[in-house]
Amino acid sequence: MELLDNIALGLSTALLITNVLYCFLGVLLGTAIGVLPGIGPTATVAMLLPITFSFEPVTALIMLAGIYYGAQYGGSTTAILINLPGESSAAVTALDGHAMARQGRAGAALAAAAIGSFVAGTLATVALAVAAPPLARVALRFGPAEYFSLVLFGLIVSIALARGTALKALAMIFLGVLLGTVGQDIYTGTPRFTFEQRELYGGIDFVSVAVGMFGVAEILRNLENQQTRTAIVSKVKNLWPTREDRRRMAGPILRGTGLGAALGVLPGGGHVLASFTSYAVEKRISKRQQEFGHGAIEGVAGPESANNAAAQTSFIPLLTLGLPAHPVMALMVGAFIVHGITPGPNVITEEPALFWGLIASMWIGNVLLVLLNLPLIGMWVRMLRIPYQVLFPMIILFASIGTYSLGFNAYDVYAIAIFGLLGYLLIKCGCEPAPLLLGFVLGPLLEENLRRALIISRGDASVFFTRPISAALLVLTVAALVITVLPAIRRRREMVFTEDE
Amino acid sequence: MERHRSFPDVLAGGVFILLGGAFVVGSLGYELGTPLRMGPGAFPLLVGALVTALGLGIVVKGLVAGELIEFGRVPWRAVGVIVAALLFFGFSVRGLGFVPTSAVTALLTTLASERMRPLTALAVAAGLTVAATLIFVVGLQLRIPLWGPWLGF
Repeated sequence: MELLDNIALGLSTALLITNVLYCFLGVLLGTAIGVLPGIGPTATVAMLLPITFSFEPVTALIMLAGIYYGAQYGGSTTAILINLPGESSAAVTALDGHAMARQGRAGAALAAAAIGSFVAGTLATVALAVAAPPLARVALRFGPAEYFSLVLFGLIVSIALARGTALKALAMIFLGVLLGTVGQDIYTGTPRFTFEQRELYGGIDFVSVAVGMFGVAEILRNLENQQTRTAIVSKVKNLWPTREDRRRMAGPILRGTGLGAALGVLPGGGHVLASFTSYAVEKRISKRQQEFGHGAIEGVAGPESANNAAAQTSFIPLLTLGLPAHPVMALMVGAFIVHGITPGPNVITEEPALFWGLIASMWIGNVLLVLLNLPLIGMWVRMLRIPYQVLFPMIILFASIGTYSLGFNAYDVYAIAIFGLLGYLLIKCGCEPAPLLLGFVLGPLLEENLRRALIISRGDASVFFTRPISAALLVLTVAALVITVLPAIRRRREMVFTEDE
Repeated sequence: MERHRSFPDVLAGGVFILLGGAFVVGSLGYELGTPLRMGPGAFPLLVGALVTALGLGIVVKGLVAGELIEFGRVPWRAVGVIVAALLFFGFSVRGLGFVPTSAVTALLTTLASERMRPLTALAVAAGLTVAATLIFVVGLQLRIPLWGPWLGF
């Protein structure tokens, strides 16, 4: 069995002491930032990226991945205990989870979230291991024309999932693509939009963009109204769910896992959509609809499983196509590149130990997360008492140091301020920052493949329509665009996002 | 859909027009090339025009049928102080060295919160400087001098 051999290879890599240690560190950090409202995985991974440059590539990726899926676990704790989603996908969990906590059933809610997350994480990791190799084989046959169409498709699909209007999301994507053109042109070496500053020749660092848009802008949002935190449910008891609870959890967990695993592959935050969809499904098929919103355990177990499954399968496009589905993945592309590995279909054949090691580490990470989240819940509850006045100076300082250490370039730090301001302004105007970051990372890929495809076809633009895979992807792109822009469907999309909020 | 004007929509559209337009103007200064061999200016020109067009669309939509967004208040003090802290860090980390720069950056940042008391601010700044030094310089061997040349060392 090839799969078993691969899994054995993965486990032998992931179980190395250093890798387990950094996996633990990753999920610990991930849980911590997931628990703390106001700091998300994107800003954290951006800050820590420079630190991981000195690690072995597989160790670095294991830790960064751990931060990402660890944050999904941690976010639910905050959502349940203080009705404040620590991570955007945990917003749904807050509905019934916090209602359960107010009824004194916080323990059962936390257990439902953790068990659901664990089951979902485990099953979705298997899905990842099974689905990735065939996809990578298909992707190996892609030429520049196919890649151009694929990147475009990925960018357009990502707006179908973003909140806010499609027009703004589109503008954000292409603004990101535009900002990605700053720096030396890949073919001619001409410096573009650099204002004669040598420091800008290498382009704007994407860590600066991510820290500015997701870190600084978020801090400014939080400083708009500085109220005291809402009361915390501080006593958590009866962690083990009753027989009745266990019976009610099983269905939602499995359905949520399936939904999440499927939706997670989509670019642009499939995990948020997955948790909302799972909640809607559970509510619709439940015999106890009136309980939803007032502490139905199905409303915690389903969405939590869905968002964890999605967090796991969102690695599929990254590992097989080199396309990031989420801003955190976009940062991980950077981690790959720094270590001299081009993310994409070749990773699986050229770096099998890295590929399977990363996948195996996710399963280990999920085990560690259950141990971290259930027995040690008291620690996280205490962490919720850290005042924001300590947190936000820490984020700013660590972000400055981390970004500066990338290349000892002061411009990277100035860029944080600029993108913080730009991001804050745009977010206040109802624009989501995630499409911009995806556009920024994928923009150079788009330009490179466009130009290369045209060189190969001797300047004939019809190559994008005559090659079948490329044509199919472009048709799908147009379809995705039509779906997001059509008012009838858009209204339904808004409904999914705003339901019961 | 109800018809109303939306200030945030117009503002957002304006930002896109401004930035898209700037890139269009900038890219005209570079060689455009032919479809076979696109010059450095071609792709930014194309995308810049697209962003400008989308920005125009957002402005028009904002004037006719805007999105209802509450713009809310802007924490000007936090905006100013945090930008100043970041600029200070970038400007002086080489000259002043890691420790003084971190301390001043942290202290400046604490001023962003209106509810911060001076003593707490000092304590937070001191604690963060120690933590940052331990994590980044001692733990991760970051090669930034602790005290810089501006201080006469």
